[in-house]
Amino acid sequence: MAGRLNRLIDFAPVLIALLLALVVSSVLLIALNANPFEAFDFMLKGAVGSENATAETLVKATPILFVGIGITIAFRGGMINIGGEGQMIAGALAGVTVALVLGEARVPAEMAKTPGAFDLIIVTCSLLGGFLMGALYGGLAGFLKAYFDVNEILSTIMLNQIAVQMMNFLLNGILLDPAEAGFNNIPKTARLVTAAQLPRLSLPIGDPWLFARTRLHWGLIIAMALAVIIYIFLWRTSWGYRIRAVGENQRASSYAGINVKRQMMFSMFLAGGFSGLAGVVQVLGLQYRLQTDGSPAGFTGAAGFNGIVAALFGGLNPIGAIPAAAFFGGLLVGAQKMQRELGVPASLITAVNGLIVVFVVSSEIFILQRSKRRVSVAEQTDESDDGEEDG
Amino acid sequence: MGLDDILTASVFASAIRLATPYIFAALGETFAQRSGVLNLGVDGMMLMGAFTGFYAVHVAQVNATMSEPMSLLFGVAVALIVGGLMGLAMAFVSVTLKAKQGISGIGVYLFGLGLSELLFQQWVGTPKSVSGFPRINFPVLTDLPIVGEIFFHHNLLVYVAFALVPISAYILNNTTFGLMIRAVGQNPEAADAMGVSVTRVRYATTTIGGVLAGLAGASLSIALINLFQQNLTAGQGFIAVALVYFGGWRPWTVAAGAMLFSFVNALQLQIKVIGADIPSEFAVMAPYVITIIALVFATKRHEQPTALTKPYERGE
Repeated sequence: MAGRLNRLIDFAPVLIALLLALVVSSVLLIALNANPFEAFDFMLKGAVGSENATAETLVKATPILFVGIGITIAFRGGMINIGGEGQMIAGALAGVTVALVLGEARVPAEMAKTPGAFDLIIVTCSLLGGFLMGALYGGLAGFLKAYFDVNEILSTIMLNQIAVQMMNFLLNGILLDPAEAGFNNIPKTARLVTAAQLPRLSLPIGDPWLFARTRLHWGLIIAMALAVIIYIFLWRTSWGYRIRAVGENQRASSYAGINVKRQMMFSMFLAGGFSGLAGVVQVLGLQYRLQTDGSPAGFTGAAGFNGIVAALFGGLNPIGAIPAAAFFGGLLVGAQKMQRELGVPASLITAVNGLIVVFVVSSEIFILQRSKRRVSVAEQTDESDDGEEDG
Repeated sequence: MGLDDILTASVFASAIRLATPYIFAALGETFAQRSGVLNLGVDGMMLMGAFTGFYAVHVAQVNATMSEPMSLLFGVAVALIVGGLMGLAMAFVSVTLKAKQGISGIGVYLFGLGLSELLFQQWVGTPKSVSGFPRINFPVLTDLPIVGEIFFHHNLLVYVAFALVPISAYILNNTTFGLMIRAVGQNPEAADAMGVSVTRVRYATTTIGGVLAGLAGASLSIALINLFQQNLTAGQGFIAVALVYFGGWRPWTVAAGAMLFSFVNALQLQIKVIGADIPSEFAVMAPYVITIIALVFATKRHEQPTALTKPYERGE
């Protein structure tokens, strides 16, 4: 009974944040002359009102979940990684290059257009390429923090801007779709051959299968599987333990013989890798090419920022990030419906996301006070509940 | 194309103009950080200041309710108040609720980014320009060759920004208030023991930071660019935070960093104008690369306020 109560209180900041966000957005909607109930109703319908709406919600949730898992690792390791956007771009650039090159090299012409015939080697190599490049880009910020004491928040924000420019440069140059060159010069790569595409995902329910006619793809399954793996990694392996130890207390970790600098780089490396995966999966699973309108969020759709919100909302637990990502995916898709129906700009969601971040971190004070009490109780009963807070 | 084509007087003049928002925002952030509060929401506060200042001027000028100079002062006042309110909210979150400052700042940023865009789309719609602060013509001085163009042909807010540098330095180094700020940022326990209210000082500095961030935004939307659009600041507030680290938490060096940064920016723009054979993406990228390099070399040299980002917990 007490355990269940404790668990409920663990999620208190999230619930408080949600409630406050609901209140504030209602106030904003009223100020904009919109009926909040109507607006929320449209958002709900837009997010889960039909098979296609639900699929779009999950499609939007996929990159947010990848980034959210990475942010969870970074924050647990005490590194405030704001570089999801840049790491996504770095991963997408590397991944699309691998996919284009291998697609040209490996696939015979007649197979290139066969629907559904994906080549495991091409897709795996592209995903790994995306992971690695994102990881190196994130790891760079970790390196600068570890050896030059450069604030990682600032360096990752600068690296975001640099990545955007690098993407624009490459998409206007060597990566530009040959079909575009000399004509419109819309910055995008050539389309991937089918063998380099992640297959669509459908569930064996009904006929035709559920989601068979939507854009849902296997990226979602990969992300969810990785969420479970990272949960085990963080709470059941010594590597994960060292990352969390450094995040909790650097000095104590150092005294305990943990190489703090290495852990800083490692957690940023992993975090960057997951954002890189988010980027390459967007290309392989959804767009089948890398394209942008040149603006900072032109390719990422701000998933690099929304992943931060989802990670916090999921209680910095990779499994908690799954429902959190689905929730924010639904918010984004639902907001578009609201914009169409009521004319309320969808940027409302950006503002509400910001508020949720503020509310979640602000209500942690109540948890902190409680966990202090819990520590004193635990000292008496010698009971450890480390890692038991599941989603 | 020689160096003469690049290093023209107009480049120096535009470097001075471009430094304005950075100086406002970075000086405000210097106050906050010296007292131990890392305000990462600067960019969001700038956006809100930029939008509300712009909107106030826009409405006043369209309806012709007041003279043009009055409308501009009205815009500045609105931006100051909005920035101050956001600073106050940040102080409440960071000081009273003791939230993690890095993360809560990102929340404030997203809030400002989203709300300024929302209100802009709802109330204004398409980018419109206002007649902003005019350039001042000084008798004799403005007509001086080169020197006149570089120093004596700017709008009022540019001069206000530069005047704030010695004022901020004086406040921090030579007044009781400045001493309290530094004490609270360096050793809050000792300051508390001396009877200084850590909470009150941090509220004051974070609010000052918000006010100046709002002014920084307004300096863009009603003095430099004279319009508002989605994400007008494009991350300038974050660069302002980086400048505070780079400048070692001292107003003079922070302002010098802002000048250096905007000089690079002005050069970058000039290189684009004369059509040099450098991809424009690399030119746009340059200031960010330079900021990272600057941070690598800066952070070791100066001592950052000991209590930076640490909420104060009174010992029991």
